[in-house]
Amino acid sequence: MVVSRSHVHRLLGRAGACAALVAAVAWGAHPSAQAQPGVRVLPVRGNVYMLLGAGGNITVSVGRDGVLMVDTGTEGMSDQVTTALRGLQRQLDLRDPLPIGGAETRSTVAGRNIEAPAKPIRYIVNTHVHPDHTGGNVKLRAAGRTFTGGNVAGNIADAGEGAAILAHENVQVRLLTPPAGQAPAPADALPTDTYYTDTMKLSHFFNGEGVQLIHVPAAHTDGDSLVYFRGSDVIAAGDIFLTTGYPIIDRQRGGTLNGIVDGLNRILDLSIAEFRTEGGTLVVPGHGRLSDSADVAYYRDMVTILRDRIKNMVDRGMTLEQVKAAKPTADYEPRYGASTGFWTTDMFIEAAYASLGGPKAPPAPAAPPARGRR
Amino acid sequence: MTIRRSTVLALAMLLVAFAATPSWAQTDFSGEWAPRFWEDQPERVPGPELGDYLGIPISEAARMRADTWDASIQTLPEWQCRPHSADYIWRGPSNLTISKEVDPVSREIVAFHAEWLRSVDRPIYLDGRPHPPEDALHTWAGFSTGKWDGDVLTITTTHLKEGYLRRNGLPRSDKATLTEHWMRNGEILTVMTIINDPVYLTEPFVRTTDYELALNQRVPPYPCGIVQEIDREKGKVPHFLPGTNPYLTEHASRHGIPVEATRGGAETMYPDYQEKLKTLPAPPPLTQVPPSAAAQPQSGPAPAAGRR
Repeated sequence: MVVSRSHVHRLLGRAGACAALVAAVAWGAHPSAQAQPGVRVLPVRGNVYMLLGAGGNITVSVGRDGVLMVDTGTEGMSDQVTTALRGLQRQLDLRDPLPIGGAETRSTVAGRNIEAPAKPIRYIVNTHVHPDHTGGNVKLRAAGRTFTGGNVAGNIADAGEGAAILAHENVQVRLLTPPAGQAPAPADALPTDTYYTDTMKLSHFFNGEGVQLIHVPAAHTDGDSLVYFRGSDVIAAGDIFLTTGYPIIDRQRGGTLNGIVDGLNRILDLSIAEFRTEGGTLVVPGHGRLSDSADVAYYRDMVTILRDRIKNMVDRGMTLEQVKAAKPTADYEPRYGASTGFWTTDMFIEAAYASLGGPKAPPAPAAPPARGRR
Repeated sequence: MTIRRSTVLALAMLLVAFAATPSWAQTDFSGEWAPRFWEDQPERVPGPELGDYLGIPISEAARMRADTWDASIQTLPEWQCRPHSADYIWRGPSNLTISKEVDPVSREIVAFHAEWLRSVDRPIYLDGRPHPPEDALHTWAGFSTGKWDGDVLTITTTHLKEGYLRRNGLPRSDKATLTEHWMRNGEILTVMTIINDPVYLTEPFVRTTDYELALNQRVPPYPCGIVQEIDREKGKVPHFLPGTNPYLTEHASRHGIPVEATRGGAETMYPDYQEKLKTLPAPPPLTQVPPSAAAQPQSGPAPAAGRR
């Protein structure tokens, strides 16, 4: 008997199993990773670009300092991502060519028409743990380089090998302690630099601007970061914000619906529109099209309204089946709903119901303790 | 036959005149235009009444969005300066300036720019450029390209942000596309808008609107400032829970229209519907909604201690 993924989803949904379990199995198979072959590049602003079609959206800063990537897509798309990055760097060379002519002894003739090696990938930031956002960590980290020196380079022989990977500490914890039946991530996929506080700042400008990681607790997962390019005024939102469907609440990894609402409001707090509530701060969603604060506000409104409806039903003691039968998402269904695939409306309602304290909701598993700290 | 010298001169001038007129004669829409409220004045100036969806081919999802919409949502900081989108702005009570971009070499009009009071610049490109990729940013103006169909300019607009079909909560999704036909007859500009929305419409929604040339008009600046309009806890989004909006039958009662008709839908667009209208029950008498009912339905999380 051939069992399709949608069949599994239906069975699990009928059994009342947590949507998160299905999500844990199927992560990496998000529709946007399969819909169109090839990686598409969309300029965002300044040095910041968006790569689509490699799993989750990837945001990159490409410039004279090298490459900083926010998320790495799925493992299978790493080569295409690398090719896309190289293409961007070539564009940069054409747009901003090195000066022709120099010192008396330095002829530029020899270098003409010879392609310079690509500037290295120096930083990778993971917005969260899922493999459609971290699957390319191993290959893309290996393609990069960390500049170091002094005692560090002397004492740690491989300190310069590969790009640095930055993430909230819970990303590292979740990668090392996956759900039962899944293997821990290989060492080269793990964050090299983690933070456990509210925010982490890159210690210096990169490609002319500051880059800040902002932790949003218990949202899509328990390790979500917003990545704020402060000069370009671009926020990479990870899966806290999507334009493709209802928010995905990974309860098994500490996600909550209220945390997602808080995360969306946090994005709005950081954003300033250019004029008439559009433009200005641009937001790259975890999946879907380039957005601004108005798009986030529409999404925030939708998620808040659905949260309020489902919470009202939970408070009135309605069962999960009664909530589903009441169709609390009906007005948003043609835009965000799905009856098949990776994240269905039923899965969203199940996760929202449980997240809001539905009577039959199993408690969300706590995050495993972090190692070697505090 | 003798041809007089003056006749030859006149013919020559005519020839020059014709030669100077390109075969692709383009209507010039540039100028200052004032709205004329010959159609749907109550909707366009004072604004539509709550619960009035009559004559609009809305889907069930659109009806539910509007039924649960609370006008107080407009007071959220994110929406205070929101302009009407390209499809709705024609119906707003705003004056319009249309300017043109002319290519300095070909002297062809390569773009029109439409700009209303309280709105954004809306370029309509005529130079053959393609629309952006689907993943590009969506805006209030959308991305518009035009082509000539004789004297009529037909415009296709994509990349619209979510907007509204009416100012009473009827939504229009960001998946919608807009087709327009601009027609100029002397000093009258008539625009037909056709909205296709796979999310909130079951059939195309067609409207026409007229503007009149206004030589002494100048559209003033209209800056917009965001303020805290209502003291509410952070994160609250005004809305009615399904089934709790007390205002939905006011329009029907006030105008003596059967409630079912005010619920809209494609059926209510067509003349045949008038026959059905006669068979529908009369609306309930108008009752005053107590202020407490109006304030009650706004839901949200319990305010945190020492909120804001």
